[in-house]
Amino acid sequence: MTETRAGDTPLLEVLDIVQEFAVRGPGGVKGAVVHAVSDVSFQMGRGETFGVVGETGSGKSTLARSIIQAPRPKSGEVRFLGTDLMRLRRKALVEARRDMQMVYQDPFGSLNPRWRIADLVEEPLLGYGVRSAARRRERVRELLDLVGLDPGVFGGRRPYELSGGQCQRVAIARAIALNPALIVCDEAVASLDVLIQAQVLNLFERLRSELGLSYLFISHDLALVKQISDRVAVMHLGQLAEIGPSEELYRRPMHPYTAALLDSIPGLDPVTGEARRPTPPQGEPPSPIDPPSGCRFRTRCPLAQARCADERPALRELAPGHQVACHFPLNFPLDADTTTDTTTDTAATTDTTAGTAARRTDAGLTDPGDISFP
Amino acid sequence: MSVKRDEVLTADPAEPAGAAALLEVRDLRIRFTRGGRRVHAVNGLSYRLDAGQMLAIIGESGSGKSVSARALLGLLPSSAEVSGSARFEGAELVGMPEREIRRRRGRDIAMVFQDPARSLNPTMRIGAQITEAIRAHSGIGRKEADERAVELLKLVRLPAAERRFHEYPHQLSGGMRQRVVIAIALAGEPRLLIADEATTALDVTTQAQIMQLLVELRERLGMAVVMISHDLGLAASYAQHVVVMYAGRAVEYASARRLFGHVRMPYTQALLGAVPLLEREPHAPLPVISGQPPDPAAIPKGCAFRPRCASATGRCEQAPPFSEHEPGHWWACWHPAEDPPGGSGGSGGGGENGATR
Repeated sequence: MTETRAGDTPLLEVLDIVQEFAVRGPGGVKGAVVHAVSDVSFQMGRGETFGVVGETGSGKSTLARSIIQAPRPKSGEVRFLGTDLMRLRRKALVEARRDMQMVYQDPFGSLNPRWRIADLVEEPLLGYGVRSAARRRERVRELLDLVGLDPGVFGGRRPYELSGGQCQRVAIARAIALNPALIVCDEAVASLDVLIQAQVLNLFERLRSELGLSYLFISHDLALVKQISDRVAVMHLGQLAEIGPSEELYRRPMHPYTAALLDSIPGLDPVTGEARRPTPPQGEPPSPIDPPSGCRFRTRCPLAQARCADERPALRELAPGHQVACHFPLNFPLDADTTTDTTTDTAATTDTTAGTAARRTDAGLTDPGDISFP
Repeated sequence: MSVKRDEVLTADPAEPAGAAALLEVRDLRIRFTRGGRRVHAVNGLSYRLDAGQMLAIIGESGSGKSVSARALLGLLPSSAEVSGSARFEGAELVGMPEREIRRRRGRDIAMVFQDPARSLNPTMRIGAQITEAIRAHSGIGRKEADERAVELLKLVRLPAAERRFHEYPHQLSGGMRQRVVIAIALAGEPRLLIADEATTALDVTTQAQIMQLLVELRERLGMAVVMISHDLGLAASYAQHVVVMYAGRAVEYASARRLFGHVRMPYTQALLGAVPLLEREPHAPLPVISGQPPDPAAIPKGCAFRPRCASATGRCEQAPPFSEHEPGHWWACWHPAEDPPGGSGGSGGGGENGATR
């Protein structure tokens, strides 16, 4: 039924998800709460790759787990293919998860070391009731072929006989076994060497076009996320700081946190070999146990003002599809051609960014340079 | 010094070109015997590092970059057979007796590892761990050592150094722990600091802060740094010189500017092509090479990269020498890449356009 309305229902709708964990606070004091995910909302379309970037402890993995209801978030709504997963119980939830699969960081840790590869790939088929053994065997061969492993060679091996990249291919074969609509990748290529990582990334891209998959791609690596995503969300201390189309978000970050992250990455021009040395923000990220009031980035933000402590900035759409949670966004308002035109329209920029300084945007494209306002 | 292509200048980059180097590694080889199998971890590594410079050793897991660094400090298991030469200020480190190397460890060369949590003792206060290192090196009094420890914590820019002095490692963030580990490494006032993937486990913002700290320490203390990393962007941004390793062997060496603007070795080219970079468009296809690095117990004869290399020919069955083909630029390849037409912003180097051979 959902398929007939593919045009209008988004694949995944996440509304105001909150996830908190009780922990012992500093000094072993009971009653402290980690605000892992606080009021996160976003939508994903079919066939889309949605990237989530953030530092350690930003809540990106918790967000992924909240979406697949493992564990269930404290509050909020998760609509997957039109169904609210938060309301589903046991069997119905297991059935719904058939269409959303996960690929984790550690390829060895997610495969039973004593099973043969063919059995590992067959397991989801068994679990979801593909009765005919012959059909299962055929599907296993098909899946291994699809992820670039020769079934004749690898089917009988065990995980320890495989390299990290090959194990990750097995994990991907398991994930796509039931033709899911969505694959959640949590740091899925983080433990692989660059050359192997590129092979697996290309595999993801190929499967996406061949099988019409969607990915929720979670990573700490901004360049990696840019490489694979159509849209990107930047997560900071349990909240979304910014969501936007991949290309635009990287070229014209509006949240100072996104800009700080981009400034922290060492750059290397693949053609000229020219390097760019990072200029990181100073200070330590605050604790998710006791996040700052108002905007959670304000303690490290060079543009923070009194308002940032009093009032939590809501995500608002400042350009088509580009949402930012900041009182004093960078690079806004923007003209259609600010990126190509080096002379910026100062009159248009002054009203909202008054008192702040527009920071540099991105390398690679012509940059209006540092503009400061009186 | 005008040099023609393919004319071999000197056998390896450790060959002194001018003043004496701080560290000269020449044809370093390390073998292990494990379960009856001969594992060739390092098969000929040469580089030279001048005082106060930063050198990056780049390679994938298992390329021998860490093993080669540990060998300099005598930190390999007794089953390791080390040959070749590694001279630190003229003193030969290969085969140096344990007593002598122990005396030098931390004082000449110090090392920082990837995981700061595992480098620190979880049951000891930060202060005690630093003063222990200070007193091991200088034998000064307890009170003086305490003062020196706080000084070091301030030097590595640990916030609230006096308070942190009394805290335990678990009370610190990953970035702060790595600062403490660096402070401990600085206790013996080493002239060379080896940072083995020292920022790999850290977040990008913290990584950039720690790298900035290393640059600052290098400039202020005149300390040389060898950074071992798999991150080409990091190497390009911070190091003056870069060695690329494959299957235990140095395959390319040059100044960072020179190397990344004029890549010659197809392996380096493959690495550079496969790294996701901010400078690329979303969904830009990654040029991929197939296969995997060879098993260090069964490295193919000749060029070890041959089975994965698109330009390999019959000639590659003979190992190409690692030599200086262009001034300051060493590589080990029979079929080096040309500069791309119109590309390469750097100076020098002949970019005769056209296909990559």
